[in-house]
Amino acid sequence: MKTMLIKGAIALLGGLCLSIGAAQAAGGKVKEYKHPHWSWEGMFGHYDRDQLQRGYQVYREVCAACHSMELLAFRHLGDPSGPYHLEKCPKELNLPASVDCADPAQNPIIRSLAADFTITDGPDDSGDMFERPGLPSDYLPAPYANPEQATAANGGAYPPDMSLLVKARHHGANYIYSLLTGYVDPPEIISIDPGTHYNPYYAGDTLSLIKEDYFDEEGHLLPGVEAPYGGVFKMAAPLSDGVVGYEDGTPETVDQYSKDVTAFLMWAAEPKLEERKSMGRFVLLYLFIFAGIVYASYRQIWRNVH
Amino acid sequence: MSATDRTDLPEGQVDEDRRDFIHLLAGGTAAAAGLGVVVPLVDQMNPAADVRALATKEVNISALEPGQAIKAIWQGKPVFLRRLTEEEKVAEAAVPVSALKDKQAQNPNDPGEATVDHRVEQQDFIIVLGVCTHLGCVPLGTSEGENKGDYGGWFCPCHGSHYDAFGRIRKGPAPTNLLIPPLEFVSETTVRLG
Amino acid sequence: MSHESTYDPKTGFEKFIDRRMPIIRLGYDSFVDFPSPKNLNYWWTFGGILAICLMVQIVTGVILAMHYTAHVDHAFASVEHIMRDVNYGWLMRYAHANGASMFFIAVYLHMARGLYYGSYKEPREILWMIGVAIFLLMMGTAFMGYVLPWGQMSYWGATVITSLASAVPVLGEPIKTLLWGGFSVDNPTLNRFFALHYLLPFLIAGLVILHIWALHVPGNNNPSGIEPQSKKDTLPFHPYYTVKDGFAIIVFLILFAAFLFFMPNALGHADNYIPANPLVTPAHIVPEWYFLPFYAMLRAITFDIGIPFTEIVLIEAKLGGVIAMLSSILILFVLPWLDSSKVKSMRYRPVARLWVFLFFLDVLFLGWLGAMPAEQPYVALSQIGTAYYFAYFLVILPILSVTETPKNLPRSISEAVLADKKKAPAAEAGAIGGAQPAPAE
Repeated sequence: MKTMLIKGAIALLGGLCLSIGAAQAAGGKVKEYKHPHWSWEGMFGHYDRDQLQRGYQVYREVCAACHSMELLAFRHLGDPSGPYHLEKCPKELNLPASVDCADPAQNPIIRSLAADFTITDGPDDSGDMFERPGLPSDYLPAPYANPEQATAANGGAYPPDMSLLVKARHHGANYIYSLLTGYVDPPEIISIDPGTHYNPYYAGDTLSLIKEDYFDEEGHLLPGVEAPYGGVFKMAAPLSDGVVGYEDGTPETVDQYSKDVTAFLMWAAEPKLEERKSMGRFVLLYLFIFAGIVYASYRQIWRNVH
Repeated sequence: MSATDRTDLPEGQVDEDRRDFIHLLAGGTAAAAGLGVVVPLVDQMNPAADVRALATKEVNISALEPGQAIKAIWQGKPVFLRRLTEEEKVAEAAVPVSALKDKQAQNPNDPGEATVDHRVEQQDFIIVLGVCTHLGCVPLGTSEGENKGDYGGWFCPCHGSHYDAFGRIRKGPAPTNLLIPPLEFVSETTVRLG
Repeated sequence: MSHESTYDPKTGFEKFIDRRMPIIRLGYDSFVDFPSPKNLNYWWTFGGILAICLMVQIVTGVILAMHYTAHVDHAFASVEHIMRDVNYGWLMRYAHANGASMFFIAVYLHMARGLYYGSYKEPREILWMIGVAIFLLMMGTAFMGYVLPWGQMSYWGATVITSLASAVPVLGEPIKTLLWGGFSVDNPTLNRFFALHYLLPFLIAGLVILHIWALHVPGNNNPSGIEPQSKKDTLPFHPYYTVKDGFAIIVFLILFAAFLFFMPNALGHADNYIPANPLVTPAHIVPEWYFLPFYAMLRAITFDIGIPFTEIVLIEAKLGGVIAMLSSILILFVLPWLDSSKVKSMRYRPVARLWVFLFFLDVLFLGWLGAMPAEQPYVALSQIGTAYYFAYFLVILPILSVTETPKNLPRSISEAVLADKKKAPAAEAGAIGGAQPAPAE
């Protein structure tokens, strides 16, 4: 009984800890995040290759203007679970047999994607830097030369690097999806500065934005008045219907863009997810069977002990 | 789970085979698991994906006059890029393959015999890995004034291997011709190694 | 009880070794023929589990060190290089990070076993103290290891905890500067943490050897708390307990695999995926879960200790918190002398038993409080929790040693086992039941 008591208490503590994050984000309170079904969740989670391609397109055409993704190289896009992985060379391209398209460095899609970019390289033998088309081994170029420039160009707010963003935020995927689809006009009770934008899912401080009329002489909120959830920050709603052209007929809505780019960001943060869960299923199965066998061995050994 | 757990087997009956089998199976499963665990522990030392991504290097050869050569570094190794003169090309092309120590072209881009067709790139360029195929020293002969050896190509001072202008081994202990790296001419003036 | 060796070298090779350096004999005596009480339950498997944890951490750690760069400009990126590019790098990293949590789960359960069954009592005091020393080294290792990825929590956790050094009167600031190697947590700090993080586990391994030696002299304790009196009370370690430990290890590995493969970041903190920024402090600086109870005690001391009715402050709150936190571990060293009851196992101490359960709940409670913001009512609750923690060791156990009337002890392990067997169909094995003697204190 004592064993169960302790185990129960541990489970309770665990449950409490996990539930802490739900609505209480760092800062103020936020609206509870939306939770769409994500393909990578659960024991059999996997990425949807087409969705990753669309998500990369949204990142490239919308987000990359301000957000870097410096930990990703073009070749990563061609890795086994990545958006542009090729098992075999596409026949239409008539590539020689010696080309291995499964190798991201030889993958023609990756090579052409990378070549669209101009990378500064050098110094050459004269000591000068020069420019050349991108290669699969190059890392995704950042929109700004350094964080200071990025901050100055965005009204004093630094657009965070997106390589790990989903893992760097509590309930990252749900948060990003909710944020992108959650822009609404600010509630009547607050007034916001130009250049800032209200979002009920962003953990900020709305108390300081409440209009004077809602305070009494002593500076307390009038009865029945509460600080609204959410906050303001410098990013305007980046997505609108039709802003990115999907070639496969997928609906071009903010909701769809948000799901796709979130999926891409999740992949960028955790590219080994599929391999990890696949190995995990095998290891757990093996361990359960192994446990059964060893338990039988144990009972056999202890049979005659009294 | 205290010591009061007991198996309810009929008193005194022991199945010898079953007893040994289960322990053998347990041991075998453990050994297999051990092996499975060792594989990633060792494989992690193999080249990582960024190293494997065959860092490619582009070299500008537009400034090379016939008879001139430059060195580049690719994947940490030296590469010699040399532009042949007409005389060198004709003289080396005349050498019969049967006279060569290594008859293979050692060219992954264009496999075959070590003739002018399979060794020379873009009409008159010789591009080889600057690593002697004997024990790995860097042969002389690329820079101005360096000893080109008895065959007008490269000379390795470590143990006296002589390579001709096509980088083929002609005299000395080296077993094969100087290796040609994977390459592609992306334009008239630029070759991409790797 | 150290027993007479029954090892009999058969092959020529065995005889050769046995005559020159009898290590096979040592192995045989310690892990094959070693007489162990026959009534050990699964709480005794955590020692073996911990040995596996140490091995996993050392192996994965050395491998990670092959790919990690201990420099503030490269540390974070090198960890991501491991996660994305190194073959099975993600597996090594997640195994090491989750392995640390598993290590602490196992060590806390192992210590709880010791507290409940009186494994710290005579003649196992030194065994217990070596264990506490191992625990301290584990905490140091884990603390420094968490700094290495150089995320936001790495940096700020390091800053908060190393800053505690300044609480020491007079020498505090110079000590802090010495620890930092500079004027804030920076590259020198990271480098020395890496060196020490690599070193400490080998010190732990050495202490583990002493720990096993100190155990093998008296032999294992057992759930009844009564020492074995004859051969009838024991079984050879192999195969009875090698296989039982093996089974327990596999079950433990199942839990480990569940975290590693399916929830690898559940026990961590999202902020540590943000590169360290000395100019931005995270909203809630929280240590890893296994430090939470101690963090709660640290923050519980919010008042200065001084001479009443004067302005004189003897111990500032900050120093008070540090003293409380350290004392909570150091007090474990003297536990064998605080609890002088001759009865080892709580099975036979019905009053003390309730208090020790309350103690376990208190530690869990303090753990939960450690994750809460430093506001009311959490502060007051932490103070109550901390007060009980110390009261258990300093007040309750010493008093109960004298006043408690324990239940009647069985005469031997065999008798205890038979008694359990008779009761097993009706109630729990030996845990509850029987007349309640003396009133609780």
